[in-house]
Amino acid sequence: MDSNALSKTVQELGDRVAALEHKNSNMTMVLFSGDFDKVMAAFIIANGALAMGKEVTMFVTFWGLDAFKKPTLSTKGKKILEKMVLWMRPKDPTKLPTSKMNFAGIGPKLFQYMMGKKNVEPLPSLIEMSMEFGLKVIACQMSMDVMGIAKDDLMDGIEVGGVAAFLSSSFDSNTTLFI
Amino acid sequence: MAKTELNFKGMSCPMPIMKTAMAFKKAASGDIFEAVCDDPAFEADIRAWSKETGNILQSVSKSGKDTTAVIVKK
Repeated sequence: MDSNALSKTVQELGDRVAALEHKNSNMTMVLFSGDFDKVMAAFIIANGALAMGKEVTMFVTFWGLDAFKKPTLSTKGKKILEKMVLWMRPKDPTKLPTSKMNFAGIGPKLFQYMMGKKNVEPLPSLIEMSMEFGLKVIACQMSMDVMGIAKDDLMDGIEVGGVAAFLSSSFDSNTTLFI
Repeated sequence: MAKTELNFKGMSCPMPIMKTAMAFKKAASGDIFEAVCDDPAFEADIRAWSKETGNILQSVSKSGKDTTAVIVKK
């Protein structure tokens, strides 16, 4: 092998190592659930990864969108079925139900009280912190359409995208979680 | 060099490592931090955080409920 070919090989190997190292610093999450306890887990993991210096992308779809609704979301001008879905769903992240022991909305209040006693950071603060730390949020356009949610109904700083946007991020990460 | 003290008492997961990360963002290479936390998960978490971020965990000691970690910014 002459020295030109050798330096080309070294260059190629360098590029491949760099690509692997880049992958090592990314994490992708799918937030499908809108249950308080699962959203809580998602944001604790997201914040932890951000604190460890990772780039985190959260693809938000279906019930997960409830965690990103602006409290000011209005059903004005939406179609009747969209209004019905929006009326039946939580209005913002402070009103999410728990996956177990919801007891018609008493469960989340109880858990929030118990978490407060143990100094667990409240969910809205975890969401805000993760966004400040650079969490990249991609909202699923298709489920937004189904639920009658417009981009303006969701918190600021959120992008919209589809399955390819999620997959591209996931292929570029060495960890992908579905919550 | 003077140590910067970080008091994480009363905090629970994931706040101690979030606050550590925030403090380290503003720090310069070689800066020393002494973090105290009474969360039993803190030792495992600060070890994992240091390993993952490449910062140097100089020592971990325990006294009663408190765990004290000395970490140096890489």
